Amino acid sequence: MSALWVAVLATGAGCYLLKLGGLSVPPRVLEHPVAERIADLIPVALLSALVAVQVVARGHEIVLDARALGLIVAVVLLVLRAPFLVVVFGAAVVAALARMV
Amino acid sequence: MNDAPLEPALEPALEPAERSSIIRDSLGVGLATGAYGVGFGAVSVAAGLTVAQTCALSLLAFTGASQFALVGVVAAGGTPLSGALTALLLGTRNTLYGLRMAPLLAWTGWRRTLGAHVLIDESTAMAVTRPSTATARLAFTWTGASIFVLWNLATAAGAVAGNALGDPRTYGLDAAVGAAFLALLWPRLHSRANQLVAVAAAAVALGVVPLVPAGVPVLAAAGVALVAGVLPRRERG
Repeated sequence: MSALWVAVLATGAGCYLLKLGGLSVPPRVLEHPVAERIADLIPVALLSALVAVQVVARGHEIVLDARALGLIVAVVLLVLRAPFLVVVFGAAVVAALARMV
Repeated sequence: MNDAPLEPALEPALEPAERSSIIRDSLGVGLATGAYGVGFGAVSVAAGLTVAQTCALSLLAFTGASQFALVGVVAAGGTPLSGALTALLLGTRNTLYGLRMAPLLAWTGWRRTLGAHVLIDESTAMAVTRPSTATARLAFTWTGASIFVLWNLATAAGAVAGNALGDPRTYGLDAAVGAAFLALLWPRLHSRANQLVAVAAAAVALGVVPLVPAGVPVLAAAGVALVAGVLPRRERG
């Protein structure tokens, strides 16, 4: 089995267990304010890092290319409160057009 | 394990009008959210996952941000292991939702086992403000189930279409991944503290890009959340 399949199955099993765990453990476990704050901030930190790496990293280098242009379009669309799919495919279309020029 | 009553005895039965209004709202959210699956399917095959792997991820993990994280890290050249770790870290927020929803849903046995699978952002948001267990269960179940069906159908459609397109860069699908993450992040940037964490996390991730294997920069950024969470809060809100 390929490493990618292992990752897919492990992610599937792990994500389910994280959900079931939340519904099953006594609420006291995460009532500590620091634990709650960290749990709240983890998605913010990870998603932001994913945006950054996805848009300007290529291997070990920082590269500004059509992807950055796509991100700017995404920001504009989000400010305009466009729906998710419009944001995602709007960024793709602009990046594709920029590569054609 | 089957002896838990479906409706708690002390709560009155739902009015038919209230019932259908909750179901209508839930289906509306389900339709709107499920459609994102097209984006995930297309982005996932562009990252190098097969159609089967893409569909398995939507069926088994069924939590959008984690799924995007796994394929995003792989697309950036990271190992599948670091992609899975990032996905699991993002999945921890569903644990928090579970802690909040458990007393409200009051499920045990097979209902809890089954219901846990659709414990995600949207089903929690639709159910958490309901005044009773009956209304919370109704909203949670209809929202979760409708998203599950549509998300998986849409994933398959997006994956098959993405596969037929050829080189994803021609269509800017690599730029779509960053846009998807930003759209998921956007509603969380409401407070100044969260904005600072977002900027610091991006800086840490990019700072270590030249030094560490792909996939690790994103995990390193989780450290920013740890530090920020431990630091005493100086401002309110």
